[in-house]
Amino acid sequence: MSPVQAASPVSGGGNSSSTVSSAGNGTNDLPLAEPDDLTPEQLAAQWEEEKPPAAGALANVGSSLVVIGVGIGAVVLSIAMGLGTPAAPQPGLWPFLISCVMVVLGLFQLIIGRHNRDAEKFTRMSVAPLTGLVTLAAMVALMPVAGFELPALVLCIIWMRFLGGETWRSTLVVSAVVVAAFYGIFVMALNTSIPHLF
Amino acid sequence: MDFLNPVINGFAVVLEPMNLLYCLIGVVIGMLIGVLPGLGPAATIAILLPLTYNVEPVTAIIMLAGIFYGAQYGGTITSVLLRLPGEASSVVTVFDGYQMAKQGRAGTALGLASIGSFIGGTAAIIGLTFLAPIVASFALDFGPAEYTALALLGILLVATISSGSKTKALIAAALGLLLATVGRDIFTGENRFTFGSLELADGIDFVPIAMGIFGLGEIMYNLEERHRAAKAPSAVANVWPSRSDLKQASGAIGRGSVLGFFLGILPGGGATIASMASYAMEKKRAKQPERFGKGAPEGVAGPETANNAAATSSFIPLLTLGIPANATMALMFGALLIQGVTPGPQLVEQDPGLFWGVVNSMYIGNILLLIMSLPLVGIFVKILRVRAAILAPITALITLLGAYTINNSMFDVTLVVVFGIVGYLMKKFGFEPGPLVLAFVLGSLLESSLRRALLVFGGDPLGFFSRPISATLLIVFVLVAALPGIRSALAKRKTTVPAQTAATEIKEKV
Repeated sequence: MSPVQAASPVSGGGNSSSTVSSAGNGTNDLPLAEPDDLTPEQLAAQWEEEKPPAAGALANVGSSLVVIGVGIGAVVLSIAMGLGTPAAPQPGLWPFLISCVMVVLGLFQLIIGRHNRDAEKFTRMSVAPLTGLVTLAAMVALMPVAGFELPALVLCIIWMRFLGGETWRSTLVVSAVVVAAFYGIFVMALNTSIPHLF
Repeated sequence: MDFLNPVINGFAVVLEPMNLLYCLIGVVIGMLIGVLPGLGPAATIAILLPLTYNVEPVTAIIMLAGIFYGAQYGGTITSVLLRLPGEASSVVTVFDGYQMAKQGRAGTALGLASIGSFIGGTAAIIGLTFLAPIVASFALDFGPAEYTALALLGILLVATISSGSKTKALIAAALGLLLATVGRDIFTGENRFTFGSLELADGIDFVPIAMGIFGLGEIMYNLEERHRAAKAPSAVANVWPSRSDLKQASGAIGRGSVLGFFLGILPGGGATIASMASYAMEKKRAKQPERFGKGAPEGVAGPETANNAAATSSFIPLLTLGIPANATMALMFGALLIQGVTPGPQLVEQDPGLFWGVVNSMYIGNILLLIMSLPLVGIFVKILRVRAAILAPITALITLLGAYTINNSMFDVTLVVVFGIVGYLMKKFGFEPGPLVLAFVLGSLLESSLRRALLVFGGDPLGFFSRPISATLLIVFVLVAALPGIRSALAKRKTTVPAQTAATEIKEKV
C-alpha cells in the first residue's frame, strides 16, 4: 500500500510539470501561487486529509476485544497442554507466556487506545475488497472442480470492469490475454499440476 | 590475503549465467514495483516466494535482494515526476524532487538520485564486506541465552520503531509468536493448537502467511481505490546532472551513505527511516534551510543515497546474526529457511559461496540499476501508464496460483486467502503486519533458545543476567520497553507541551 494515500487532486501534476517547465524559473518566485507550491508541512497535511476517515472508539474496543478473546482462548488451551516448570517446561508454557502478554496488551489497548485514530472506517469503498474477497473465495472453491481457467477469467473481468472501472473492451481483451498467459506459464511451460479444464 | 579469497570466489558465483540472469530479473522487478505505486517490495517478495523453490539458495536470494534494493531506485521516479512516492522510503524525495521537476530539472533530480543511490549502495556493500565477517565472528560465541535476548530485542525494536500505535504493533508481534507455536512441539512432540487437523500438525508454513498477510492483504487493501490514475509525463530530458549540481550534492551523498549504512544495521531501522533522517540532517546543516522544499538538490540526493545504503546494510544483521532487522529481511530469512539454509554467524564460514555470492551480486545489481535509471529511465516512465485496475487481478492470480505450486495443495491456497483477510483487517484496524511476520519467523528460534537457556540455567530466569552479553541486551530491552512510559510521564509533568507540528506520518510500507 502506498504510504501516501493516493494522488493529490492536482495529480495532473504530470501535465503541469511540462507546462511550468516551459514557463521557466519564473514560477518559482510567484508568491503562494498554485496548489502545487506546497511546503512539505502543507503537503503532509494534505496527505493526512486524503486518508480514509478514521474509525471511532468502537473499532478500537472491537479489535481490542478480539485480541483479548484470542489471548484468553490461547491461555486456556495452553494451561490444558500443561505448563510444567521453567526447568522442565511442558508444551504449554511458552504459548502461555505469549498469550498472557497478548491479554495484557489487549487490555492496555482497550483503555489507552481509545483516542487513537489509526484505524480506518469501513466506507462504501470497502465493498470493493469484500467483492474481491468473495471472488477469491469462489475461485478457491471452484478451482479443484472446474479448473482454474474459467474462475480466473471471471475474477479478472469482475476486478477490472466492476472494481477497476475499465471499459468492457479492454477488460475482455486483457482478461483473455492474462488467462492465456497463465495457462501458458503454469500449464504448458512449468507443467505444474494446477487443476485445469483444457 | 586469506580474507579476500572467499570474497573473490564470491564473484565467480555471481558471474554464473543463472545468477546473473536472476540478478537482472530481480532488479528489473524491483525497479518496476518501485515505479508503480501500490505493491511494495515486501509484498512483491512475498508473492514471488514460490518462484524460489526450484532454484539454488544463492540464486533465490540474489533475486529477492535485487527486488528490494531495486525498489529503492524505482520509487524515486514517481516521487520526482508525479509527487506520488512509489515507496515509503521515497516520500521525502517528493518535497524537493517534485519542485525540481516543476522547474524543468526533473532529469537532474533523477540523475542525482540514481548516482546517489549507486554510491550509497556501493559504499554500503563495501562496509558490509568488511563489517559482516567481524560481527559474525563476534557472534560465534553466542549461546541460547544471547539468542533469546537478541531475538526479543529485535522483535521489540521492530515493533516500537514502526509508525502508528506501538501497542498494536506489539500485539501483532505476539500473534506472530503464537502462530509460530502451532504444530508439533519440538521438545516433546506434542501437538499444539492443531484442533485435530492433520495439515496443521506440521505447523503453518511461512510462505502462505507471508503471501497472505503481505501479498493478498495488501492487494485487497489497495482495492479501496487509493490510487487515482496518474497521467504519465511525456518525457524526461537530460538525466545527467551538471558538474555544479554534483558538487552541490556530493556532501549530501557522502553523509547519506554513512547515515544510511548505520541506520540500516539497527533493528527496526531501514530505508524509510534512513531517508527521513538524511533529509532532516541536510536541512539542518544547510546554510539556507529555506531552500529545502523549493527544489534543493541535496534534498533529493541525501535521502535517496541513504535509503539505498540502508537497504543494503540491513542485510548485515540477517546474514551475520540470523536476526532480520525489518519485515523485508524477515522474508529473506524465510526464503533461506525454505532452502535449508539457516542464516547465522556460521554462514560466512560454512557457506562462503552463498554469503559472498549474495553480497557481491549487489555490485552487479547496482550497476544494472544505474544503467536502467540513467539512460533507460524513459522506458520506466512509460510504465506509469499501466493502470492499477489491470495489475490488481494479475497479482491476485499470481498469488493464488503461486501458492498452489508450493505443495500442489489447495490447503495452502485456502490459507493464503484466510491470511489475506487477516492482513486486510489488520491494516484496516491499524495493526502493522510487519511485526507479525517478523515474530512468526523468529518464533521457533526464540522458543527453542529460551528453553535451552533455561535448561542451562536450571530453570532460573535470572540466569540471563549472569552472562554479560545477554544481560546487556536484556537491559536495553527493558529500557526500550519502558521508554514510552517514561516519556509520556515526563510530558505530562510539563504541561506546556508545544503543539506538535504536522508530523509527516509515513507508514513503513511492507
